[in-house]
Amino acid sequence: MTDAKHKELKDRAFAVREHIIRMSTDGGCFTGASLSCADLIVYLYSGYLNVNKDNLQDPQRDFLLLSKGHDVPALYGTFAELGWIEKDRLKNHLKSNDSIYWHPNKNIPGIEFHSGSLGHLPAVGLGIAMDNKLKGYNNKVVVITGDGELDEGSVWETLHVASAYKMNNLTIVVDRNHFQANVKTEDLIPLEPLADKFEAFGCVVKRIDGHDFAALDETFSQLPFHAEKPSVIIADTVRGKGLPSIEARADRWFCNFNAEEVESLMKELHGAATTTLTSETLTVR
Amino acid sequence: MSTFSTYQEVIKHTALSDEKYIVMTAENRAVVKELPPVLGNRFIDTGITEQTMIGMAAGLALRGRTPICHALAPFLIYRAYEFVRTDVGIAHLPVKLSAWIAGFLSDGNGPTHQAIEDVALMRTIPGMTVFCPSDHADMVAMLPEIWASPDPVYLRVNVRPDVYGKHTPFKTGVAEVISEGTDVTLLTYGMLLEETLKAAEILKNQGLSVGLLNMRSLKPVDEKAILKVAATSKLLVTVEDHFLTGGLYSIVAEVLLKNRTTANVLPISLNEKWFKPGLLSEVLAYEGFIGPQIAERVQQYVAAEVVG
Repeated sequence: MTDAKHKELKDRAFAVREHIIRMSTDGGCFTGASLSCADLIVYLYSGYLNVNKDNLQDPQRDFLLLSKGHDVPALYGTFAELGWIEKDRLKNHLKSNDSIYWHPNKNIPGIEFHSGSLGHLPAVGLGIAMDNKLKGYNNKVVVITGDGELDEGSVWETLHVASAYKMNNLTIVVDRNHFQANVKTEDLIPLEPLADKFEAFGCVVKRIDGHDFAALDETFSQLPFHAEKPSVIIADTVRGKGLPSIEARADRWFCNFNAEEVESLMKELHGAATTTLTSETLTVR
Repeated sequence: MSTFSTYQEVIKHTALSDEKYIVMTAENRAVVKELPPVLGNRFIDTGITEQTMIGMAAGLALRGRTPICHALAPFLIYRAYEFVRTDVGIAHLPVKLSAWIAGFLSDGNGPTHQAIEDVALMRTIPGMTVFCPSDHADMVAMLPEIWASPDPVYLRVNVRPDVYGKHTPFKTGVAEVISEGTDVTLLTYGMLLEETLKAAEILKNQGLSVGLLNMRSLKPVDEKAILKVAATSKLLVTVEDHFLTGGLYSIVAEVLLKNRTTANVLPISLNEKWFKPGLLSEVLAYEGFIGPQIAERVQQYVAAEVVG
């Protein structure tokens, strides 16, 4: 990765995080999960995936499906930065005059399918990947799941089937931010050894730092990892990444900050001291 | 009218005539067993994974395909209900659900296999269409139209021999009027048409003027036909192998209320109970759904109530 490209990604990720912080008020959003996968989403849409605002109807475009859904502010922010939607539109977050709400939907250009219920899009992605195979297309299907989402049996059911059909054009990316909604994964339903589990289901797995653009680039450029197996990338991330005052905190999953907090967090993102948060923590939503 | 006489012939012809069709099954191949060598990779068996099959079907449909999905009714739409609702329903995708052994057709399997709330659940999904053919010929007649439609479809598959012999051409949302009568009109769907025909004959022989509707299409339902018989017949009887809640009796009630009218309606259905498993003939007799039993229920109602 060139230095210029690295800077482009880093700058874009900063801008996306700013959008996420601005959406974390007046009703709020799932800030923690959005920040954990922001770098991943920025990386994928900044050249890796063959998809842009001009080829959204091209049947041979690449597909990204956001299965965990509630991290959609990262997607809105990325689309705004790339010019797929107007930046001003993000002000419509949770307004009834637009379709910018807590989970993805197809009214936003670039969103391929709705989600919100966990454990669905691996199967939907498998269907898209199967269609690509039937048509002889080489386009890629990438499904981002949460780590807590892996509790859902349907994820594993789908991996079983994807392995049986040798779906080398399907890649599952786990945003491994180590949290369920309200508690650490390992404190509730432990996932480790996670890579071994995916391998046991017939996938080839690589595990990387999900905030390291160079590592992301090096790993994604190796896809597919195997000619006859689905690929899995476990991206180790930090929930709330970029805002030390909420990083890896169980109680800052869904955030609805007050105006002062938003201003302070914007500065914190750029290196200022941590913010003292007084707004109510919504651990259950 | 289709020139084919079996489900398998129609699906084979349909899938071979257009690449958009994908035949899927969650390891339930009984009536599509000849298809794998014919369709090649457009026949997809996902194993015993109803959720994955439906999610995958949604993905395929998103790409312009029309998947026809097969599994036993309770697993196809109960195990995978949320996938049907969320992936197929919200996106309004043309996924065709072919549900086997719905209603009494699960005969000896027991309550785990009894799909007797299927009409209720499927018709609540916005845009879902629901079809319940009375026999194999009735079903074959509807397949081309319902598989060509842009809508999601729930089909109560019924491969029982033709019980009527002179079905009229099928049209979505139109009931088949088998007879018209002013004393009582029996409304039914699915495999119970056979016994309801017998009940109508018994009642006619007793001097009653008896109408009979084979509903065929439960959603959209033939409101005009329901309103017409409500206006012209002193008693309506709904006969269904379904819970009382949410099936044809509920549909009739909704149609009447929506049109600010009412009627005498006798429901013959499963009221807050699973049915006793056994051979189909045993089930029908035990639960009171053979022709003479249906006729007797109607006679009792007529005798006890002031009808008209």
